[in-house]
Amino acid sequence: MTLTQLLITIAMVSLGTIITRFLPFILFPAGRTTPKYIQYLGRVLPPAALGLLVIYCLKDVDFAGAAHGLPELIAMALVTALHFWKKNTLLSIAAGTVCYMALVQFMFV
Amino acid sequence: MDKGARAAALRAAFPHTVPVMTGYLFLGTAYGIFMKTSGFPWWFPMLTSITVFAGAMEFVTVNLLLQAFNPLNALALTLMVNARHLFYGLAMLERYREAGRKKLYMIFGLTDETFSVNLTAEPPAGVDRQWFMFFITLLDHSYWVTGATLGGIFGSLIQFNARGLDFMMTALLLVIFLNNWMHEKHHWSSLIGLTVTVAARLLFSAATFVIPAMIGIIGALTLLRAPLQRISDERTGGAS
Repeated sequence: MTLTQLLITIAMVSLGTIITRFLPFILFPAGRTTPKYIQYLGRVLPPAALGLLVIYCLKDVDFAGAAHGLPELIAMALVTALHFWKKNTLLSIAAGTVCYMALVQFMFV
Repeated sequence: MDKGARAAALRAAFPHTVPVMTGYLFLGTAYGIFMKTSGFPWWFPMLTSITVFAGAMEFVTVNLLLQAFNPLNALALTLMVNARHLFYGLAMLERYREAGRKKLYMIFGLTDETFSVNLTAEPPAGVDRQWFMFFITLLDHSYWVTGATLGGIFGSLIQFNARGLDFMMTALLLVIFLNNWMHEKHHWSSLIGLTVTVAARLLFSAATFVIPAMIGIIGALTLLRAPLQRISDERTGGAS
């Protein structure tokens, strides 16, 4: 590709991202009353969207592979247990990440 | 809004962005290195991280840039990869309503991580919520751009075994999910989000499961509208 073509491609990716982020705000502008059904969705969707995101992070884990997704499952179990116990965001993230790095670098190489 | 109030919002926002800072600086640097070693000039990662600001999609973009020129394909692929952002917009309609002109930037910067933090972080009393969320967005964006630019410039000089460090983002999103779980009135929506997405991933490939998952989640929440509204009405004493 030429430089112009590269820049156009980047612009298209930028445009696509902007469309997915702005569309709900364009369809349901602040000035007009949002339909009751959309208000309901806006209220109940957030927890489901967070759940979707957690699973989305695991989308490329190969549970049939040699490690059977164990590093991910062990580290996530640790984060969950630690977080219910200590409720300390940074501690949970740091411990989970260090545990995961140790697992993939030394045990499931 | 005067300067003092903006500074207060920035100070209140910063601690909430520390986990994202660590993750974005690392992943951004990895992205910059990846782009540099794929043969692009150092300012390409800077340009894409400023104009796109969607982590996963930027890694995909590197592959797009290495293929034959096909702008419509690039647009279609982006819409598919980033379709999950439609949910974030719907969830933030009310929260961003009063943001005024800075709302445009806050919507532009609505990444997975920024969405999660802005959805759940509470500003301290007296701090303007809209500026608080604006600065969380701006700080997150600046971390990502900084990482990508440093990666593009110094990329090949960095040598350390960072294998597995990207798990930090998974841990962050899991912690945000758990924080929300501990505070929510009922777990129906959380459980629907988890189970429907797992089911969709079992039925579809890693590249195609998000849109079926989103449709399934909307479907389940629509079917459960009457009981879920009754639950929230009971808990809040009839006010909706």
